[in-house]
Amino acid sequence: MNIYADRGNLLMLRMRCQWRGIGFQLIESGIGEELRPGKHDLIYLGGGQDRDQLLCAEDLVGVKGQAMAGAAEQGTLILGVCGGYQLLGASYELGPAQSIPGLGLLDVRTVRDPGPRLIGNVAIEVDLGEGPKVLAGFENHGGRTRLGAAQAPLGRVLKGHGNDGASGFEGARSGNVIGTYLHGPLLPKNAWFADWVIATALRIEPSELTPLDDELERQAHQSALRAAGL
Amino acid sequence: MSGLPLPPSMALARAAGALSRLRGGGATSVPGIVLRRLRPDALRLLSSRLSAGSAVISATNGKTTTAAMAAAILQRQGTRLVHNSAGANMEGGIASSLLEASHYRGGIDGELGLFEVDEAWLASVCEQLQPKTIVLANLFRDQLDRYGELETIADRWEQTVRSGPGAQAQLVLNADDPLVADLGRERERVLCFGVQDDAVALAGMAHAADAKRCRRCGAAYVFDAVYLGHLGRYHCPSCGQRRPEPSVFATEIELRGVHSAAFTLTTPAGSARVELPLPGLYNVYNALAAAALGSVLGAGPEQIAQALAASRAAFGRAETVQVRGRPLRILLVKNPAGANEVLRTLALEPGEHDLLAILNDKIADGRDVSWIWDADFEALGGRLRRVTCAGTRAPEMALRLKYAGIESDRIAIVPSIESALAQATAELPRDGGDRTLYALPTYTAMLELRALLVARGEADGHWT
Ligand SMILES: [Zn+2]
Repeated sequence: MNIYADRGNLLMLRMRCQWRGIGFQLIESGIGEELRPGKHDLIYLGGGQDRDQLLCAEDLVGVKGQAMAGAAEQGTLILGVCGGYQLLGASYELGPAQSIPGLGLLDVRTVRDPGPRLIGNVAIEVDLGEGPKVLAGFENHGGRTRLGAAQAPLGRVLKGHGNDGASGFEGARSGNVIGTYLHGPLLPKNAWFADWVIATALRIEPSELTPLDDELERQAHQSALRAAGL
Repeated sequence: MSGLPLPPSMALARAAGALSRLRGGGATSVPGIVLRRLRPDALRLLSSRLSAGSAVISATNGKTTTAAMAAAILQRQGTRLVHNSAGANMEGGIASSLLEASHYRGGIDGELGLFEVDEAWLASVCEQLQPKTIVLANLFRDQLDRYGELETIADRWEQTVRSGPGAQAQLVLNADDPLVADLGRERERVLCFGVQDDAVALAGMAHAADAKRCRRCGAAYVFDAVYLGHLGRYHCPSCGQRRPEPSVFATEIELRGVHSAAFTLTTPAGSARVELPLPGLYNVYNALAAAALGSVLGAGPEQIAQALAASRAAFGRAETVQVRGRPLRILLVKNPAGANEVLRTLALEPGEHDLLAILNDKIADGRDVSWIWDADFEALGGRLRRVTCAGTRAPEMALRLKYAGIESDRIAIVPSIESALAQATAELPRDGGDRTLYALPTYTAMLELRALLVARGEADGHWT
């Protein structure tokens, strides 16, 4: 989705592929453009302001809905961040009386709440099949996201608010469909997760990727964890 | 209204200010905050003493510089100002400026109030001041964690100038910012300013660009020229809404690296060449906003040009100081649009540069440092000899530069600003000439840097 410059995440993927000789091509899919099924290894949905997100939601469900469902079924990695996460869910509320249908690829609903926006540095513990690891990031959302009974979260909140500030859960994951509020440059703050994304998109194990000199990445990860209070 | 009578309230508030200074707090807002507690209507009462009323200036970027330029223009005309020149731009700071100029027995030293106002405080400040003129210069994405979304601020501004306390005011708007220019749609008493020079247009919209949709109908704007961020010449292909024709504008713009700029200023009263001792197109915009306000208040183009030629940078906005005999040029960066202009200006300087990049995440900087990924540090790729990264989030700054194409072995992480400054200065090449160290601090980092330089006697303490 081309609704917001979640540029750090995309830059991280591009450079880490480039350094390893892995081809990387970014195709932006604008409003009204159909998705070509089977043509993508990774579908990334960024965040946006409410006004943009409404326009995007209509397009995503209407024009791209079927192709997105098909991609999810084929196991294509779909990563939604912030607003993109909300759009992957069944519905989200824009205002008190305005509920927008989402893609329904995750069994989550986002509601409004009279409470303040949930803002701040955040750290969560996740297990993507390699044992527990930590993701650091920044969250800034007015909506509260509630998981359906059988929906797994992405992780457990160590520091910060998470989905709704109360459940202790952050994000949601169903197979290769992942949503999270950890926004902006999630991947630069967590190089290990960037590599997990690259490997999963290529349908290989992260251990099969050529190792890189990640000293600055390691320090940036530590810095983000410290900011979250870990 | 409740509270003590005004004169005793003023005396108590001033005493509180004196006490705060004794304790070492330099905070210029303290007396104003105390005064507002004692007399919630103080701002209205004191500003009503101003015979020419008030003018306010708001924007996300450049309001301190713009207000300083406007003050210079108006003072050259002989207008006596009450001005919040220390950049204390919320209600408390403005109340402090008024308090300082006011007499216990009534009366005030000054005829016109000129106030820079924080973008989120515009509505409440206008409610109290009832300004005669409102300058709105730009809305860039800045500190989303503090203020919510850009559109929210645009909505509040719209309410203020259409049906709220600014409904009767003369508006001075940036024609090139669609979010701002839209505030003048179908409204009386609007003067617009803008750039009329496609020679400074960019190849396209940068990633940091913010407002790209028509506020009237929601369609995406088409930009025929982009000058800076989302500022440019645009039209809506759906409803025909377009950039208004500015009556104060800049042509024949010359951008001279990090040192200066020049342009031909045209106002309804004529034209004059402006030699601006400040760099970059962003400062041309600041000068245009100040010139437009001056023009509304009766200044002619020659007068404006003379005042602008004598303007100097607010601290940290392109100021050069000597650190142990080596020039240090400080360029404040606080959000993607502002940073992009600084980077663009720096890239105009020939050769390889030494950089001190200081990234803080304190409240006044915005706790969220994501914005660095939206700024085009790529502009410096291949142009940096050495980078020292400092501040509370130094490692993330370093990582950003690595992904902008700067080799890791040119990047050092030294979180302490003092140590980083010492190291970066010591490492400046001694190959003759004045090799400059460029510091790019965020807001609180700039204040820390200033405190450090003042304490060492390398900068004077009078900067504002
Ligand atoms: Zn339109």
